[in-house]
Amino acid sequence: MNRYLFRRLIGMAVVVLIVLTIAFVIVRLAPGDPAALMLGPDATPQEAEELRARLGLDRPILVQYLTFVANAVRGDLGQSLFFNQPVTQVLASRAEPTVFLALFSLIFAMLIAVPIGIYAAYRRGSLFDQSVISAAMLAASVPSFWTGLIAQRWLATEYGWFPASGYGGPEADFFERMGYLILPSLVLGVVNSALILRFTRASMLDVLGEDYIRTARSKGMGEARVVLRHGLRNAGIPIITVIGLTFALLVSGAVVTERVFNIPGMGNLVVSAVLRRDYPVIQGTLIVVAVLYVLINLITDLLYLLVDKRVRY
Amino acid sequence: MSQLPKLGKGAAALMLATALSAAPAWAQSTITVAVVGEADTFDPMVSTKDIVSQVTQHFVETLYTFDSSWNVAPLLAADMPEISGDGTVYRIALREGITFHDGSSMESADVVASLTRWLEVASRGRGIADRVQSIEASGPYEVTITLSEPYSPLLSLLAFSNSAAAVYPEEIIAETIEQVVGTGPYRIQEHVPDQYLQLVRFEDYVSRAEPSDGHAGARQQVPDEIRFIPVADPNTRVEGLVSGQFDFADSLPAESLARVEGSDIAEPVLLEPFGWPVWAVNHKAGLLTDQTIRRALQAALPIDDMLFAAFGDERFFMVDAPMFPEGWVWNNDAAVELYNQNDAAAAQALLEEAGYDGTPLRILTSRQFEFHFKMAEVAKLALESAGFAVEMDVVDWATLGQRRNDPALWDIYITHSPFLPEPALTSLWSVTARTGWGNAEKEAILADFTSETDIGKRQELFAELQRLNYEDVGFIKVGGFNALMGQRQGLSGVPANPWPFFWNASVN
Repeated sequence: MNRYLFRRLIGMAVVVLIVLTIAFVIVRLAPGDPAALMLGPDATPQEAEELRARLGLDRPILVQYLTFVANAVRGDLGQSLFFNQPVTQVLASRAEPTVFLALFSLIFAMLIAVPIGIYAAYRRGSLFDQSVISAAMLAASVPSFWTGLIAQRWLATEYGWFPASGYGGPEADFFERMGYLILPSLVLGVVNSALILRFTRASMLDVLGEDYIRTARSKGMGEARVVLRHGLRNAGIPIITVIGLTFALLVSGAVVTERVFNIPGMGNLVVSAVLRRDYPVIQGTLIVVAVLYVLINLITDLLYLLVDKRVRY
Repeated sequence: MSQLPKLGKGAAALMLATALSAAPAWAQSTITVAVVGEADTFDPMVSTKDIVSQVTQHFVETLYTFDSSWNVAPLLAADMPEISGDGTVYRIALREGITFHDGSSMESADVVASLTRWLEVASRGRGIADRVQSIEASGPYEVTITLSEPYSPLLSLLAFSNSAAAVYPEEIIAETIEQVVGTGPYRIQEHVPDQYLQLVRFEDYVSRAEPSDGHAGARQQVPDEIRFIPVADPNTRVEGLVSGQFDFADSLPAESLARVEGSDIAEPVLLEPFGWPVWAVNHKAGLLTDQTIRRALQAALPIDDMLFAAFGDERFFMVDAPMFPEGWVWNNDAAVELYNQNDAAAAQALLEEAGYDGTPLRILTSRQFEFHFKMAEVAKLALESAGFAVEMDVVDWATLGQRRNDPALWDIYITHSPFLPEPALTSLWSVTARTGWGNAEKEAILADFTSETDIGKRQELFAELQRLNYEDVGFIKVGGFNALMGQRQGLSGVPANPWPFFWNASVN
């Protein structure tokens, strides 16, 4: 187990180093000048050049890269060009909305997908099952921004059940801020429930045809117990895998939903950073997302141990 | 696994409880404004971005400002300056009893230090630095600016909130100011980047006594608080406005007009006219250094079609040749017959005369402003039918901002501007601009225009400049356009303005 963890952590470091390099190269390859953007449309090329020098963007690329890597290893991701704050501070301020949005969305997705997926598998081939498959395909096909716009227009603007956008003002406490996440979480939950539902159904279908299920039934065990205790437990690994992947995707990929609902999370930040050519923030976000991705996958793998006693590392 | 459903139920209960407590509970005297983005600096001296002007004008002030007719009016200056007979010496008396947000009093030393910095770091200040001989304190509450030659747009420059000649305490003056300290009617209470900027009433503010008139006159500090919320997505600004979340929303898409009109909470605010799309022409390098080809370009453009494609609704644009719209002091009809020719045959003849060899005309544009791109698409078809080869370089705004600084990469780039109070504030007239329009006759008229102080003579000179711009195709004005904003029904005290302000705003 310890050796396994050690190997995974080494792999994680390699992944992060690769991401760090790719992030640095990609943002430098993209055209666009942060200095010209910061100064505004009427600034002269000379003023932009002077600002580039002040920001250190005129130094040789290799020097910039080595400085970046050396600082990143020490946990210093640089200074945001736009906010004039350390990138770690900028990212930390975006962590709360992003993490809770991902968490709430995952909970909504699981609440929708897991029971329905189990029941659809149990009633395989029925009208309910066919309807669920169609609905899941529809949910997966509709872009989240469209669902977001429709939900915003009707549930927020027309009925006033939720705030239309934002993350609360200065007086908003934690619970009020969380309230701003409910509607976007519902949207993301519906969109992301499709994949979990299909995996749950498929996995349960595999298991429900197994001999030990028939044995359990022949012993006179109740259907609910057969399905939930013997069926779900054994179908758990693929479901946990897809839930873990969905969570990782939500943490790193709620870009459109954050934009539509104006949530100041990491997705919104990275879009703005790209448009502003805030290189350190783009790099920092990519690194943090990569680390989160690898960590979530590691945690998912460790969860297998809890679900299936046969799993050994 | 069996723990998950329980966890889900608990979280759902928590989420339901928080949803019920999520409705905003802001005080009536808070004005909430949705703006297009985040101001990357609170120092308006170092930025020419409109968003920076719009936000900072509430806490940073200048010696002069503009009234509702775009006349220069005093703000921190006690009155209009005494100008020497030869137009080179400006004696500016300052208001007494003005307090900065840090508690210190404004005196002439602060103004001298601020204006000196403005000449060093601000785009507009640097543009006139070589004409300024000295800026001196001629008394504890008086400064004297001495110019090497008369420069009549000086007061407009001192009044403009963009690349502003802001007044700061002498103690904070540095190349980069970390913590901006102003004299404005509001001060910064809290700033959470990308979430909100909270401004609260500055209790020691001393307003001017004159009636409010545009940016000039009394700044009444009506709301207790002004909150600027950066909302990048235009549709989200619309939904926030019609749901009552915002009291004012800036820069709404034209397509949302019917939605805002149909709301029982909000109402549209149409700023007519707002500004002008402009095709900046490269005079430094490439195809358009040839005047005949420039004239062919001008002859071929179907301006009315371009504007219709760009804005889609006649309420949002004007096919209008003069550089300034009707009603403005600078409006005139010089050479307007050269506008909107839409004459492919004439363009073709001019191309033949120029010996055009088929070199592609490179149009640099961005979809960040969709109307730029749409007008370029229509123009491309017309230019091609007139015989031009056209190459569209469609990039994001950041890339455009970089590429336009290299004259080798483009022939035209598309931008836009609000109508500015003084023609000299538009850099396109200057040979030192990135477009590099140099023309001996134009330079002579421009020199006279900027040194002349008589407004009638200046109007005549500007008409000459407009004529030359059409004849030599210095740059291309593609009509005028209106801007759509929206406000809560019952909101008053917010005049339609390219840089809306909220110190007189109240909600009934």
